[in-house]
Amino acid sequence: MSYTSVVCIKQVPDTAKVTGKAMKEDGTINRAALPAIFNPEDTNALEAALSVKERFGGKVIAITMGLPAAQAILREALYRGVDEVYLVTDRKAAGSDTLATSYILSKAVERFSPDLVFCGRQAIDGDTAQTGPQIAEKLGMPAVTYLESIDFKDGRALVQRDIGTGVETDLVELPALFTVTEKFGELRPADVRLVMKYKNYEPNTLSCDDIACDASRCGFAGSPTSVNKIESVVLAGKGFKSIEPKIDAIEALVKELRDEHTIG
Amino acid sequence: MNTRSGEVWVYAEQEEGVQSDIAFELLGKGRELADKLGTKLAAVLVGSNVQGLAQALINSGADIVHIVDDPKLVNYIGLPYRRVLTSLIKKISPQIFLFGATHMGRDLAPAVASELRCGLTADCTDLQIGDYTDKKTGENFTNILHQIRPAFGGNIIATIVNPRNWPQMATVREGVMKALERTERSGEVINHAAELDDFQIPVEIVSILRKHSSVNLKGARVIVCGGAGVGSKENFQLLHDLADALGGAVGGSRAAVDLGYCEHERQIGQTGVTVRPALMISCGISGAVQHLAGMQDSQKIIAINTDKDAPIFKVAHYGIVGDLKVVIPMLIKTLKAK
Repeated sequence: MSYTSVVCIKQVPDTAKVTGKAMKEDGTINRAALPAIFNPEDTNALEAALSVKERFGGKVIAITMGLPAAQAILREALYRGVDEVYLVTDRKAAGSDTLATSYILSKAVERFSPDLVFCGRQAIDGDTAQTGPQIAEKLGMPAVTYLESIDFKDGRALVQRDIGTGVETDLVELPALFTVTEKFGELRPADVRLVMKYKNYEPNTLSCDDIACDASRCGFAGSPTSVNKIESVVLAGKGFKSIEPKIDAIEALVKELRDEHTIG
Repeated sequence: MNTRSGEVWVYAEQEEGVQSDIAFELLGKGRELADKLGTKLAAVLVGSNVQGLAQALINSGADIVHIVDDPKLVNYIGLPYRRVLTSLIKKISPQIFLFGATHMGRDLAPAVASELRCGLTADCTDLQIGDYTDKKTGENFTNILHQIRPAFGGNIIATIVNPRNWPQMATVREGVMKALERTERSGEVINHAAELDDFQIPVEIVSILRKHSSVNLKGARVIVCGGAGVGSKENFQLLHDLADALGGAVGGSRAAVDLGYCEHERQIGQTGVTVRPALMISCGISGAVQHLAGMQDSQKIIAINTDKDAPIFKVAHYGIVGDLKVVIPMLIKTLKAK
C-alpha cells in the first residue's frame, strides 16, 4: 500500500532575530524586515511525509501559502525528495487569520485527495497551533496532534502522540491529518543532485479562484479575529540591586530574603 | 451599539477523572470576567463518571456546571468531544468560552472554532473586558473580550478581539491565571445528553502511557534555573544542590535543554512551562525574550551571570556578576550555616 501525502509548510520570519520595528501600523507583520526561514516544525512534518514515502512508496506534495518569496522553502522541499510543490498566493488571502488560512489551505489540499496530511505543530511567528486541526475539521478528517511516530496496520495509521501527561498510541482511519513536533526527528539533508535539478525551479502557483475559494471566507473578510493593539515588550526595571560575588555580600542577601520570608 | 449576553464558559479539562489545575485557573479569571459582565460563570465538564468533580468547580467559582457524561467520552478523542461541545454551544449560546492552552485544549479548541467559524486566540496571558471600534466601518462594540497574548516569539504583546462571531474563544496558558481560594458555595449542575449513539469514532486509543513526572515547577516556591552559561552537565549538578538547600525545584532554559544539561520537562519559557515562584535564581541565563516570557512574573529574581550586560539583569531584582561555580557554593554554604 502506498500513500499520497500533502505537507503544508510555511515560510516564517525568524522571530529569534526580531530587532526594531517588525510590525506595521495595522498590527500585521512586516515580514520584509526579518530573515525568512523554513518554519522549524514544518521541517519535521516534511520528514514525516518523506519517511512514509521511503518506507511504503507513494508521493509527497508540498503546499505553502504566502508571498512569492516563499518559493524558497518549496525548493528546499524539492531538494529533499518531494514530488510536486505548489504556492498558494493571492492578494485575497492577505490578512488571513488561522480560520481563513485553514480554509484556503483545506481547499488546496482537497485537490490532491491525499491519504495523509502533515503540518508542523505550530509556526514560530504566531505559535497558535491552530491551522493544522482547523484544516482537518474542514476536510472532515481526524486530526492527530503532537505526532511522534507513524506506522500502518490493516489500513489504519498506527501513531504515537504526545498528550502532555504521557504518550498515547492510536489507530486512526485514513485519510487523516497529523501535526508534527520536533520529536519526530530532523529533516534529512538536501540531495545534491536534486539541488542541481531544482535550484532554478519555479513552483506552480494557485490563486484563491484556482482552488475555488469563497472570497468571503478568505483574507480580512474571512477572519473573525482583529488585532486591536500591539505593544512592544519592554523589559521593566525592578529596583535592581547589584550584589558582589563575595561571601559577606551573599550572606547579607540570604539574610534579607529570610527576613522578608521569601525563603524559609 | 453592539452588546452581548450569555454565560462565560470555561472548559474543565479532566483526565482519568482527575481535574486538571488549568480548570481552576480558568475559573479564577472567568469569575472576574463574568462579574464584570454581570453574567453567570459556567464550567463545562465532559467525560465518563465525572459527576463527582462538579462541586470542586463550584467551590472554585463556577455558578453552573454543564456536564456531558457518557461512556463513549471516557478518554479524550478530538472528534466526539468537539461534537459534544459544538452542540452545547449552539444550544446555550455562551458569549465567551475559555480553554487551557494544554495539549488537549490546543487540540480541541481550534476544531470547535473551525466548525463554528468563530475566532480563537491562542495562548493568552491576560483577558480583559473592554470596548472596540472597528476602524474600517466605525462600528462600536462594548464589553467584548480583549485577548492579550505574546506573539512573534514574545517580542510583542498583541490584544486580539473577535467582535462579530460567537462565542469569543481563547486558550489560556497554564500557570498564568490564579485559581480562587476554594469556599463552600452552592451552584447548579445541569446534565446534557451526549447524543453519540450513531456517531462513528475514527480513532481508537490502543494505549496511554502516563509519565509520572517528578518535576513540579508550577508548584515550586523556589526555582533554580540554568542556561547555556552553566557550561556543562557537571556544573548543572550545582543547581540541583542549591535547589536542595532551598527546598526548591530545578528548571532550565531551552538552550540548557538542547545542550542536554537537563530534561525537557524542566524547560521554562514560551515553549516550556510558565512559572511565577516566590524566588527564581537564574544561573548562566542570558535572558532571551522567549525565556523571560515564562519567568518574568516571579516575585523575586536573582540573576547570576558573568556578562554584566546580559538582558536577564533587566528583569532581575538582584544581580550577581560573577562565576556561578564560585557563587553557588557560597550560597549553599550560607544557607546551610543557618
